[in-house]
Amino acid sequence: MSEFHLYMAQRLSALVMAPFVLVHLGVMIYAIQGGLTAAEILGRTQGSVFWFLFYGMFVVAVSIHAAIGLRTILSEWVGLRGSVLNLTALAIGVILFVMGAQAVYAVTAIGAA
Amino acid sequence: MTSTGPQLSVTVQRGGPGGPGRKQQFDVPAYANQTVLDVVSWIQQNADPTLTYRFACRVGMCGSCAMMVNGVPRWTCRTHVSKVLQDGAIEVGPLRNLPVIKDLAVDMDPFFDKWVSAEAVHHPTARRDDPIVTIDPDAPARVTASAGIECINCAVCYAACDTVANNPDYLGPAALQRAWTLYNDAKDGAQDAILDAVSGKGGCHSCHSMGSCTAYCPNELDPLSAIAGLKRATTRRFFGKGKA
Repeated sequence: MSEFHLYMAQRLSALVMAPFVLVHLGVMIYAIQGGLTAAEILGRTQGSVFWFLFYGMFVVAVSIHAAIGLRTILSEWVGLRGSVLNLTALAIGVILFVMGAQAVYAVTAIGAA
Repeated sequence: MTSTGPQLSVTVQRGGPGGPGRKQQFDVPAYANQTVLDVVSWIQQNADPTLTYRFACRVGMCGSCAMMVNGVPRWTCRTHVSKVLQDGAIEVGPLRNLPVIKDLAVDMDPFFDKWVSAEAVHHPTARRDDPIVTIDPDAPARVTASAGIECINCAVCYAACDTVANNPDYLGPAALQRAWTLYNDAKDGAQDAILDAVSGKGGCHSCHSMGSCTAYCPNELDPLSAIAGLKRATTRRFFGKGKA
């Protein structure tokens, strides 16, 4: 991937994330009005295709966006270059995706409430 | 030469390519009208003839006298001492982000090599025997190009840029601005080659839009907007759209 493709991927993932962040914050503020319990959250998210797609795409966008951003910071501030830089950024992206995907699965998959 | 009148305390960064050199302090006679270049010249002519610095035109056209003055890049021939004096003192050093040759003279090669890397060179569209094509000075693309062509290659923007400082591959504001003016030049025939060159490693997409280039450009040019233009042009091409 060229620097230009990384640039485009980071801008496009930001474009995807912007409405997700707003909905995420809006729902949080709305949902805590009458107190907050795990059962209430899981009741809303488990088995929901909407919330699976919403947070699934959110996690993908975050993994791409954060990995590319941290790659730039690691290059300019820590001085990483070449394959060390690219592999570190890739690892960050993969770790973020795996952790996020695990969380999405845990709150949206149908199972024990 | 001794002077009994008012004095300036001038600290000059000395040394060669081996690393940060020593700082040397000079007392220089203060005059009502005096540029930083006048002060540096006075030191070289009257206090220490071994002081190395570079200048040519003395009127802000040649772009060879840029130095760091109190930590800020400036064209010293058009910078009045009264404007930058801090408690009766100034500190002068070699331009940031470029290798020091000696004292206040830096090696400009990396700066100009990056102009070529950015395809900031003319790509002809006609031969010498072809008729001269008329250019409308008010055409939008020409207005955009004209906004950036008064660059004097002084490297003040290059010295001001923190992205240049942290990313050795970054082409820098001056080279990218020239690429942008050529991209908008009806007489340049390699728009795609320019966009390819500025899309690579260290190209326009490395810019963080901090804007020091535009803030410090002595000719009040706007490389920040030129680089933003290149980002837009490469993005338009990515989505299969032509020139705006």
